[in-house]
Formats: sequence, structure tokens, C-alpha cells
Amino acid sequence: MPNIILRDQDIPGIGTYEVYVQHGGYEGLRKALSLSPKEVIAIVKESNLRGRGGAGFSTGMKWSFVPDVDGPKYVVVNADESEPGTFKDRQILEKNTQQLIEGALICAYAIQATAIYIYVRGEFWDIGFQLEREIEKARAAGWIGQHIGGSNWSCEVYVHWGAGAYICGEESAMLNSIEGKLGQPRVRPPFPAVSGLYGRPTVINNVETLANVPPILVNGAAWYKSIGTEKSPGPKIFCMSGHIAKPGNYELPLGKTFRELIERAGGVRDGKRLKAILPSGASGPLLPGTDKVLDTPLTYEDVAALGSTLGSASVIILDEDTDMVWAAYKMIKFFRHESCGKCTPCREGTYWLEQRLKAIYERKATRADVELIESVAKQMQGKSLCALGDFATSPVLSALKYWRDEFYAYVEPAKPAAKAPARKAAPVAMAGD
Amino acid sequence: MLKDIYAEQIAKIFAKYPDKRSAIMPLLYLAQEHYGYVSPEGIDEVAELCEIDPTQVKSIAGFYTMYRETPKGKYWLQVCTDLPCALVGADKFHHDLLDYLGIEEGGTTPDGLFTVEHVMCLAACDRAPMLQCNFRYVENLDMEKMKALIEQWRAEAAQSQADGGA
Repeated sequence: MPNIILRDQDIPGIGTYEVYVQHGGYEGLRKALSLSPKEVIAIVKESNLRGRGGAGFSTGMKWSFVPDVDGPKYVVVNADESEPGTFKDRQILEKNTQQLIEGALICAYAIQATAIYIYVRGEFWDIGFQLEREIEKARAAGWIGQHIGGSNWSCEVYVHWGAGAYICGEESAMLNSIEGKLGQPRVRPPFPAVSGLYGRPTVINNVETLANVPPILVNGAAWYKSIGTEKSPGPKIFCMSGHIAKPGNYELPLGKTFRELIERAGGVRDGKRLKAILPSGASGPLLPGTDKVLDTPLTYEDVAALGSTLGSASVIILDEDTDMVWAAYKMIKFFRHESCGKCTPCREGTYWLEQRLKAIYERKATRADVELIESVAKQMQGKSLCALGDFATSPVLSALKYWRDEFYAYVEPAKPAAKAPARKAAPVAMAGD
Repeated sequence: MLKDIYAEQIAKIFAKYPDKRSAIMPLLYLAQEHYGYVSPEGIDEVAELCEIDPTQVKSIAGFYTMYRETPKGKYWLQVCTDLPCALVGADKFHHDLLDYLGIEEGGTTPDGLFTVEHVMCLAACDRAPMLQCNFRYVENLDMEKMKALIEQWRAEAAQSQADGGA
């Protein structure tokens, strides 16, 4: 089956306007413009497209929350891809550029937005300029600007570059960042749909989510629902990294199993055995590489039932030699660095988790420290404005849940029976040590 | 002054947003390009352009990792060492690079050419080890490739100096 999102793998150059329109490009927006905004929302709602940024919330539902009011309204495209293990939006931005722009325009029409801001992470520096060039081509063709497609609706599209802050991928922090404020999350309510960018109604959607929209408009909700499963329809991009033979992005219908996905990516590297899977980057809990996990369908609900999350489907593979204390410490370092500092439980919690994990990793801790990090992590849960404070606890709690003995082995080296994990997984000191 | 040198770009930036304050981030990039880092005078100029207190501009500059608060080497090398990259050897690559250049993490070579820092996830996990050189990605690296690149950059810098460039 040809790819629906990663069309660049089938059609070279599809990201450019010229090639895109030769392959049905802008037929989705043309269809949308022939319908009322409410009808467009109804189709997307009916398709049951779920947000691909991580939360999995119904996209059509999100759009329907925007009130029908006069004045400026905004669409913000979340292209701040920063989750460790995630590199799918980058391929869409780089190589399927027009499909994203068209999807964002359909969303903008559906909520009657006056402007679209594409928030590109600053590190995607050149990609931002490439986007601007493609935006200009779409404008020249009449798809952006005044009276789009001869309608009464007018809309502008702008690129805003971030500057290196994971937290700006959180939607309300992203809005603050565009407004020139510190990229820290806002207290909700009010929700962005009612009071978002510059206090105006705003929809924030992930890049991959919006890339799903043009084919839904062209082929209809029933077609979309025929792909994937009932509760998790459609195609999904899976980012494969870590100890995998063929790292990269793979587009599969939702509902395939972890086993099928790993096989598609060539299996575990160097013929090693699988130890653990991070299904959604550093943010989602670790899962052990058991048959039960491997045979689980990749859907939002099935992965949640395992006690983890499908999230943005950034699947990091850990082989049998991986030291789980090291892996948890690596992830905590990330969250400590990226905590924006606004909420005390997250700011202080990530600091102390890093300090104590460092002590454990350096064999300067005791068994009480292992209990302490668990206690600190549990106390952080549900106590911050955004999800980062919760995400930060999952590497620690899930590593302790399945590999607790590895932590104890680090703090009880004197016991000859204790099998301390080999340090070969981390032959050198870590960055920043 | 930024407002004279980048007049056209600044006008385009302000036209994108309904609010002057939103221009802080793009203007900070211009200041960094001009001064080599977000210098105190750059901060003051951005503040003046956005009609906002310099302290607020400074707080934005400090919040993000892509604004250099101090001058860096001509080639600012930021190596991703997050988990997915580290699983395929990024920590070793980072340390080998530091050793090769004879500097500590965050340090700059005496000739002012190279600064090496570790950095958080750059969304290139499938092409590790990798780094960002100034604002460009260099991917699928090993030390052999890296040594060749360093030689190439040294030659480019020498050429640029011979041509009278900065």
C-alpha cells in the first residue's frame, strides 16, 4: 500500500508545490472550500482522527470547541518536535511540506482562522526557510492570502522559529513563546480554543495530525476509518531508534503489533535479544520485551492497557546489554534540563531525581536512595501545570517496576552474590558530568 | 545598529505579529548573527525595537539554548547525547571529539575555531551520532568522518582569513 503521510517514499519531490499538485495536491482544500466550515469539522470528527502529537485527542472535537466569533482566530502548527526518539514531523516538514501546509489551511478554514503560525523548533533552521518558500508558492497559486479559492475567507501563514526548549512543544507554552514571553505553560482554564494566542480562539495541532487531514477530505471519513482499528483509525508514523537494525520512520496502519513493527525495521541490532521498549520516547513508561508486549497492537488504548502510552510513537529499542540505571539516568538528565522551572514539584523533583540517580549510578548511594527516588517520583505525579512533571517520573518508576534489582545491584556492590550490571553500556562519563 | 543594517528584515518580522513583543525571538537571532552572540548592546537594541525592558529580553535570551550568551568558536559544535543517540555511541563520540580537539566540555579551542557542547535531542535519532554545527545538522558521524570535517573547516577558516573575511 502506498504511504498516505510519508508520500516522499513513493513520489520523489512531493514536498514541492509543483509535484504536489500533479499528485492530487490541494484537492482536499478545494473540497473543504465547497463545504461549510461546520461540515468540514463534521467530516474530521467522523473520521476519528486522533492527535498525533502524543495526547491522542479527537482532532475534530478540538476544532469544534472554537467559538463562532468575529475577529482574529489562529491555527498554531506544533512543529517543535523535541521528544527524544521523535523525528517524524521533520520528515513531513522536509519532504511532505505541502501536505502539511494544505492540512493547516483546511483546519484554518474549518475554524475560520485569520492566520496560521507554524512553530518550527529553532534547530530546524533551514527547514523553516524551505517552508517559507513553499508557503510563497501556495500563496502565488491563490491558496493563501485574501479570498482564498474565491471564497470570503482570508488567511495568512507565518513561520515562527523556536530557539531550543522542549517545553515549547507544550501547547500553552508554545503560545507564550510566540507572544515573546517565557515559554512556560499557562494555567487552564481558559483553554486555547477560547482564549489562546493573543487571547484569541486558537487551535494547536501537531504536524503529523494536520498531514492526515487532506486525504481525509479527499477520500472521506469512511475510507479513513477503514485503516487501522475502530478506536485508533488511520496511518501512523513510527520513529524507530536505539538498538534497531534499520532506524528511521515507518508508516503503518495503527493496530499492527510491536513485533511486526520491529521486524519491519530489521529487528534488534546485531542479532541481540530485546530487553526493553520505550514506545513514546523518554516520556512514556518503559515496557519489558516480553511476548505479551510484543504481541500488543499499536493503538492508543492497547498500549495504555500495558501501563505505557503510544504517545507520538517514537519507539526506542533497548537490547539485552542495556544498563537500565544508566538509561533512567540519561532520561532524567533530559527532563531536569528541560523543566521550565515554573512548578516547584517538577523543578525540584527533576533536580533531586537527577542528583540521587547520579549517586546511584556512581555507586555512591545506599538502598535508601533507591526507595527515595521512587518516593520523590510518586510525589511529583499530577502536581504540575503541564505533563512534563509527570513524564519525568516515568523513566524512574517504570525502570524500578521491571528492573529494580539493577538499582539495588548498584548500591550493594559488597555482596558477592549481587550481579552488578556491566558498565560496558556506558564506557565513558556522561555529558555534563 | 541592527535597525539600520537589517531594516528590511526587521520590518518583515514586525509585519508577522499583531504585537511588537512577539518579535523578540526573531530579533535576538539577528542580534546574534550581527554580534556573534546576544551581546549586551544587542539585548538593548532588541528591547528598544520591541519597546520593552531589556531585562525581559535578557530573560528570553537566557531561557533558550540556541541564543549564545557568550561568544563561541567559529564552528559551534553541539553533539546530541540523549538516550537514542547514546544507545549507538554518542557519548563516546562526544568524548573522542573533545579529546581530539584537546578541550573540555563547553570549551573552545585556543585558535577560536571550535566550541564543543553536548545538547538535548535534535530529532535526528535515526542518524546518530550527529551534531549541529552552528545551525546545520551533520549526521551519521564517526571520528574518521569528523576528523576530515575538522580539517575541511580549518582550511575554510584559513581561506576566509586569507581573503580578509572574518
